[in-house]
Amino acid sequence: MRKIIANFEVPYLQILNENGKFDEKDLPKISEENLKKMYEFMILTRVFDDKAWKLQRQGRLGTYAQMKGQEACQIGSAFALEKNDLIFPAFRENGIFMIKGVLPEMLFRYWAGDERGMQIPSKINIFPISITVGSHLPHAVGAAMAFKYLEQKNVSVVYFGDGATSEGDFHEAMNFAGVYKSPCIFICENNQWAISVPVKEQTASQTIAQKAIAYGFPGIQVDGNDLFSVYKATSEAVARARKGEGPTLIECFTYRIGDHTTSDDSKRYRSENEVREWEKKDPIIRFENYLLQKKIINPALIGKIKSESEAQIERAVSLAESAKPQSPTEMFNYLYQDLTSNLKEQMEQSKRENKVITKNVGASERAVENAGVVGELEEA
Amino acid sequence: MSNMNMVEALNDALRLEMKRDKNIVLIGEDVGEEGGVFRVTDGLAKEFGNERVMDSPLAESGIVGTSIGMAVVGLKPICEIQFEGFIFPAIDQLVSHASRIRNRSRGRFSVPMVVRCPIGGGIKALEHHSDSPESYFVHTPGLKVVMPSGPYDAKGLLTSAIRDPDTVIFFEPKKIYRAIKEEVPSESYAIPLGKAHVIKEGKDVTLIAYGAWVKTAKEVVEQMKNVDIELIDLRTLSPLDTETIIDSVQKTGKCVIVQESPRTLGLASEIIARINEKAFYSLEAPIERVTGFDTIVPLRLHEEYYLPSVEKISNAIEKVMKNAKGLS
Repeated sequence: MRKIIANFEVPYLQILNENGKFDEKDLPKISEENLKKMYEFMILTRVFDDKAWKLQRQGRLGTYAQMKGQEACQIGSAFALEKNDLIFPAFRENGIFMIKGVLPEMLFRYWAGDERGMQIPSKINIFPISITVGSHLPHAVGAAMAFKYLEQKNVSVVYFGDGATSEGDFHEAMNFAGVYKSPCIFICENNQWAISVPVKEQTASQTIAQKAIAYGFPGIQVDGNDLFSVYKATSEAVARARKGEGPTLIECFTYRIGDHTTSDDSKRYRSENEVREWEKKDPIIRFENYLLQKKIINPALIGKIKSESEAQIERAVSLAESAKPQSPTEMFNYLYQDLTSNLKEQMEQSKRENKVITKNVGASERAVENAGVVGELEEA
Repeated sequence: MSNMNMVEALNDALRLEMKRDKNIVLIGEDVGEEGGVFRVTDGLAKEFGNERVMDSPLAESGIVGTSIGMAVVGLKPICEIQFEGFIFPAIDQLVSHASRIRNRSRGRFSVPMVVRCPIGGGIKALEHHSDSPESYFVHTPGLKVVMPSGPYDAKGLLTSAIRDPDTVIFFEPKKIYRAIKEEVPSESYAIPLGKAHVIKEGKDVTLIAYGAWVKTAKEVVEQMKNVDIELIDLRTLSPLDTETIIDSVQKTGKCVIVQESPRTLGLASEIIARINEKAFYSLEAPIERVTGFDTIVPLRLHEEYYLPSVEKISNAIEKVMKNAKGLS
């Protein structure tokens, strides 16, 4: 006997299309005030991103991972969450950090090489940046398992790229989430490129969303450049999770407009035409046109929002750059809750050995320059 | 007080701690109904329920990775890796995350969890069931590594590991899971981490061992009536109790170190380096080490050939004593 024992469907959601068309009844209910806020965060994120790129080129930041083009994925999803929901970002989620309340000066400090930039204030529920690809997914599942055990209504949300779906930890995390029916939302920002490898070479699956089916929970692909789709899919997933109905995978179909990082040159592996085509689908312009059409914003307000964002980012840069440097011996302080005698001894030794360098700040800067290009980030 | 083997003592520590703190959860392969393949979690699922004693999917990275997530939001996960040879898929989680999250977040988040894992040879098992990979973890900044040498220590050290604010890898030498019976107090007690145990004081030579080989070292002490051996059980491999080692070597001037794992960059290497730094001028003879070889542990037929033994340790002590005489 041979018969079909299961059938599956993979939903796709697009509300505001690339031509600005939409069906009123599909629009999620968001107040005008919040729509404006979302727009402001998208602009702030874009201004931050452009500034960070420039600062890196001026030698004022280390390697930086741009997120241009992915603003709708980040702002749309993060806006659907509550304060106590815990976010596990990868390394391209600057917009999400800011929407959660992490100040841009903190992010600039992190990208400039100051670990204190990831010392997230205790009231803000976001985990530090995770550089290794995909290995942070199980953490989000574990946190969700804990929320369930502690009978808290929080959900955990984990962000990752298309590349991460090839990692073993993607499988293990999705599988655990399904088995334990964890309140965990997996958000894949499928930006088409894992450094130089296109998504077609990353997986033979037609979509990433469909991978959820194998783990026993829903997956959905959304237009990742449409803020409304991302927001709606995330809201639905969050509602499901809070009701105890388990995890959801959301594939945000988007595009990495920038290079992988400031150490990358994407002209080596993709055509500029492809980038131009995607630039036409810019998530900010699409949303902006909608807001203009609905008269929620006007050109004067746009100008004001942009100049305020620029001023805020300029302030953040000067705050970041004028922050008192941390002592290099801080490196010893966070291995264990209490400093071990071995580490204490090494800390003292480090002070003796580095006496010359710490006396002369210029020398340590030169030492960094001599170390050459800071290592590449792996693409998510 | 009751007479227990190490499996029973570990089980007792888990039960008492789980009674004390409802945020302690167990997760691992076959730890529920089955009680773990070595029965360390026997009866706990029945007593505390499947929500607290979770049979996990067969995925070590998933077990440790989700435990990290549970730990950062306030649970105290105790996960079990079934055999040390299966811990490698979880190494990424331990080395890339558990050990670093406190530093990465500059203290905002930490990972107070225990990873329990059987270790070592001596039970004539299959490949990947007789290895001693402790050095990988000792070499990783931010992890603590503990290995008990018998039932009494196992209960007290596991209790401390569970109460510790950092990630602790708790290796359980399977050779002595059931080979030693000791009087173990029925109430809860904690043996501090980071402190070695001077089992027997002596003036002639310092004998350092840990895990299963403490039992063997004790037999050597019993047999070698003509040498006054000071026997130290490390108990905690990271952070290493340098002070106890140095104090002893400064007194005896001689040292023999026993380690089952491959020789290169094992615990003995680091101990010798520290003695070199802090007690070189007290030495009366070159330090000897009795270790596994830089080979794969042989399967059952030749396993003994690889492992330390009473004879190998005794020979090393005789050699050190002889060399010391030659130097004086």
